[in-house]
Amino acid sequence: MADTFRLEIVTPAKRLFSKEVTEVQAPGAMGEFGVLAGHTQFTTILAPGVLTYKSGSEAGTLAVGKGYAEVNSERTLLLVDVAETADEIDLDAARSALAESEEAMQTLLPEDPQYMATVDNIELNMTRIRVKEGGR
Amino acid sequence: MPSLKDIKRRIKSVKNTKQITKAMKMVSAAKLKRAQDEITAARPYAASIQELTLSLSSTASPDSHPLLSSKAETNKVAALLLTSDRGLCGSFNAVILRTVERFLRERDASDTNLYLLGRRGVEYFKRSSASILQSRPLGSKRPQYADAVKIAEVVMESFLKGEVKEVYMVYTEFKSALTQRPVAQRILPISTPPAEAENQEAQEKHGIEPIFEPSREALLSSLLPRYVQIQVFKAMLESAASEHGARMTAMDSASKNATQMMGALTLKYNRLRQAAITKELMEIIGGAEALK
Repeated sequence: MADTFRLEIVTPAKRLFSKEVTEVQAPGAMGEFGVLAGHTQFTTILAPGVLTYKSGSEAGTLAVGKGYAEVNSERTLLLVDVAETADEIDLDAARSALAESEEAMQTLLPEDPQYMATVDNIELNMTRIRVKEGGR
Repeated sequence: MPSLKDIKRRIKSVKNTKQITKAMKMVSAAKLKRAQDEITAARPYAASIQELTLSLSSTASPDSHPLLSSKAETNKVAALLLTSDRGLCGSFNAVILRTVERFLRERDASDTNLYLLGRRGVEYFKRSSASILQSRPLGSKRPQYADAVKIAEVVMESFLKGEVKEVYMVYTEFKSALTQRPVAQRILPISTPPAEAENQEAQEKHGIEPIFEPSREALLSSLLPRYVQIQVFKAMLESAASEHGARMTAMDSASKNATQMMGALTLKYNRLRQAAITKELMEIIGGAEALK
């Protein structure tokens, strides 16, 4: 069995990221999971968080938003709202967006329709900051 | 016979028209470029989410999610029609409206609820007896995902309440700046091609048990509304790109026609002027002859 598999990341706004990798760590809704080549069929919801992949000696980190992951033995397909590398993240924008969401959070109740979206927003921006600062 | 002055006025007005069509062509070309980038960026995501949805729903029983099968006992269907807000884009609206007319004829027109998106469609159906679920203009902005979510919610709600049996989407698919194709696509209930199911059976025979997290039902209920939203959004992008493409081609041929017309009019003007000069000369010569 080959020890690499194809990692594909697709977002609505950007072209797909497609690469041969050896290992992926992704933030699932039920907790983080790792994928190696030859993984059994697996489908899950993704939470906003940090995605890391290894391709030989090279490793990469991305901040990903909400989405879905479909894993089979040949490839891992990630369908996410956003996917950004450390270079693409605007730290100031992420910080101000985080502050804004946190402020909005003060007045929201868990029953509000925007509540979950705001929580996801906070998570996403915290992830962005983490990826950016961790990348340095 | 128009006078020299009349022709001159005509030439001037054609020239002005040409300037406008040329400017509109340029604007459309710029907008088309952006719309084309957006649609090419959105297509892989839409295709992937469709693949995922189909592979997930083909193994699930039709009863496992309300969006997968219709329980409505009516024969009513809903159609989401995407037109443009403004005209001057060649046959873009005419073609799509013809498609929807055919769609309505195939079914009983009174059984179809229309959801109209774009002012042209709204105006077209204003005087007809078709039942309109809701209508809204596109607005001058580029297609927004938030709008697609709102539209998807309305049609899904109507479907879930059992008001309609099926939901269709009639829009223009963007092939290139020169070719666009009208399509009528069923979006609800989410269909599962039988070939997919067979495929899945074969896979299950191999003893591979797919894992779903948190569960297949939770995944479906989160994925299916999202799938509908993405389909609507994709249709909006396709339609926007098609509109700009159609307008660009229409304005290009309008500019070409104006140039041709100006040439013909200038020739006529010169001929008429020459005829007038010749006539005057003849008169002078004739007068001089008579004095001899």
